[in-house]
Amino acid sequence: MPEFFQFLVSGLTVGAVYALVALGFTLVYSASDVVNFAQGEFVMLGGMVTVFVSTAGVPLPLAALIAVGVSIVIGLLLYWLAIAPARGASAISLIIITIGASIFLRGAAQIVFDKQFHKLPSFSGDTPVNLFGAAVQPQSFWVLGGAAVIVLLLYVFLERTLLGKAVLATAANRLAARLVGINTATIMALAFGGSAAIGGIAGILITPITLTSYDVGTQLALKGFAAAMLGGMGNPLGAVVGGLLLGSLEAFGAGYISSTYKDAFAFIVILVVLFTAPQGLFGRRAVERV
Amino acid sequence: MPYRSPIRHIIAAGAFALSVSGLSICSPAFAQQTVKIGSVLSVTGPASFLGEPEDKTLRMYVEKINAAGGVAGKKIELVIYDDGGDANKARTFATRLIEDDKVVAMVGGSTTGTTMAMIPVFEDAQVPFISLAGAIDVIDPVRKYVFKTPHTDKMACEKIFENLKQRNLTKIAMISGTDGFGASMRAQCVKVAPTYDVEILTEETYGPRDSDMTVQLTKIKGVAGIQAVVNPGFGQGPAIVTRNFAQLGMSATPLYQSHGVASKSFIELAGAAAEGVRLPAAALLVGDKLPDSDPQKKVVVDYKQAYEATTKQPVSTFGGHAYDGLFILVDAMKRADSTDAKKVRDEIEKTKGFVGTGGIVTMSPTDHLGLDLTAFKMLEIKDGDWTLVRPGG
Repeated sequence: MPEFFQFLVSGLTVGAVYALVALGFTLVYSASDVVNFAQGEFVMLGGMVTVFVSTAGVPLPLAALIAVGVSIVIGLLLYWLAIAPARGASAISLIIITIGASIFLRGAAQIVFDKQFHKLPSFSGDTPVNLFGAAVQPQSFWVLGGAAVIVLLLYVFLERTLLGKAVLATAANRLAARLVGINTATIMALAFGGSAAIGGIAGILITPITLTSYDVGTQLALKGFAAAMLGGMGNPLGAVVGGLLLGSLEAFGAGYISSTYKDAFAFIVILVVLFTAPQGLFGRRAVERV
Repeated sequence: MPYRSPIRHIIAAGAFALSVSGLSICSPAFAQQTVKIGSVLSVTGPASFLGEPEDKTLRMYVEKINAAGGVAGKKIELVIYDDGGDANKARTFATRLIEDDKVVAMVGGSTTGTTMAMIPVFEDAQVPFISLAGAIDVIDPVRKYVFKTPHTDKMACEKIFENLKQRNLTKIAMISGTDGFGASMRAQCVKVAPTYDVEILTEETYGPRDSDMTVQLTKIKGVAGIQAVVNPGFGQGPAIVTRNFAQLGMSATPLYQSHGVASKSFIELAGAAAEGVRLPAAALLVGDKLPDSDPQKKVVVDYKQAYEATTKQPVSTFGGHAYDGLFILVDAMKRADSTDAKKVRDEIEKTKGFVGTGGIVTMSPTDHLGLDLTAFKMLEIKDGDWTLVRPGG
């Protein structure tokens, strides 16, 4: 039985990482139906900037703030320089633009930073906590807690504030949103800046566990995207549930079946879920807009 | 603005081009005769951690050799191409080295992939090719014109198992990365384990980008009678394995890492969890800790100082492989007192007792690597630094 709990804890730790990345997809998708594949790069930026700024002698909390700031600036630049000029293009074209942006950011990071792996110290030390016979890294609680706080904030923002409702309105029908007086360009910029901030925060929280380098974004974005799809794209709660579920599937797959096929096992389950419920577990019912 | 005929520009440009090309045609006549050595390296791209130090090392030492008068009365002219880690490009550049540059020999091929793609080109042209790639496939089976300098993963397995046998720890678990390095070394370890009476009780794997290996380690922990754990892997994976190992309180079981993580950054990444971890590594890493009686001491300390002074970067074993390749070639040219490709090849094969950064090289017609297990030192991490494990310890 202690094995079961260790697998569960491991799954939740990895799952919380996926959930944090998946959350970043939510905001941009909510506002524009665009899946921002550069999201993983914001996660990378959060971790790498914190590492390099703190190595330069800046205290860690301040370095983390700077990293989030840098992520937001890059997110806004991505919108203004690449997405905004292509407005009117289909969602598919915009998605392809984000893939290009992600390759560009990775290349730039390779030059600006370096090609080595880096780590951040755990926020509350490295002494594992014993939970039902399973050893848990204290940092896992930070990641889970961070995911919980971001979900809460996103939920309150999207459902309880006027600005949040404007985001949802922009997603539902951009023309109609403009007609009722919503500045959709500002809303889109806000969504990109916000999701860059979420990505940056995610990068800072997970780096003590996952380590970071210029190219961590790709794999994280892939897993985060899978988690977001599983939970239902655009739903913050779905992103978290999807992430935790994906992590647990991998852990139990590796634990009880075979570590060689753990990714395959997880993806098979995702395929089955998406066949039966294409909008994901918590997704909005897809309404075809004509 | 006065009108100017575009013809004039063309004439001017043409005259300039002529004068430039004229210069390059004339200059060798004034300079000494040169000998061309080619190199195709992965200076950029995913394998740039290999190609970059190799590139810097070759340039630095060719300059030094030329300053000291060159080899066999000729200055070396180094031709380096960057394949970006792409085997197709590597092959194209290899052909260019042979057909356009007409090189006498080649020191390069950062990865096993690029090396294997280039081998046929050099075999067909009968030009010696000293590879810097790790896999044993490069020199096994032996090809007439192909040599290599880095240790093989098979040797790393043997070194680990030799140490395990000495400590009487013969029942082990393996946890390997599924990347090329991890998979290849795992296969070699499984193959040589019986020779050392080592029994692999259980095996686990992890993906090259995985961020948590506690599941696999928990399963290993649950298998009765495991006396040691071996982790063939590369990159950040082994650092995470080491950290999870400590997290799960398994530190009482000896953990062996591979030469793939033999760099200071591994100790940094794994932190306190790295204490007590053992791994085989080239002498280069522990140059200053070698006893003065060690024949490699002077070579590795000199190379480390020269590399770090020139590049301002910490030394890596990969650059060392390029150093070894270049000097094996230069020594062969000196012995042959010729830059004829075939004579040079024969002399490379006769390399005997060459002291390089990777070990002491003695080649033969059946061994185009020429290293034995003494080329690896068994290291243990203590107080955040490498220490040499005494033989039998």
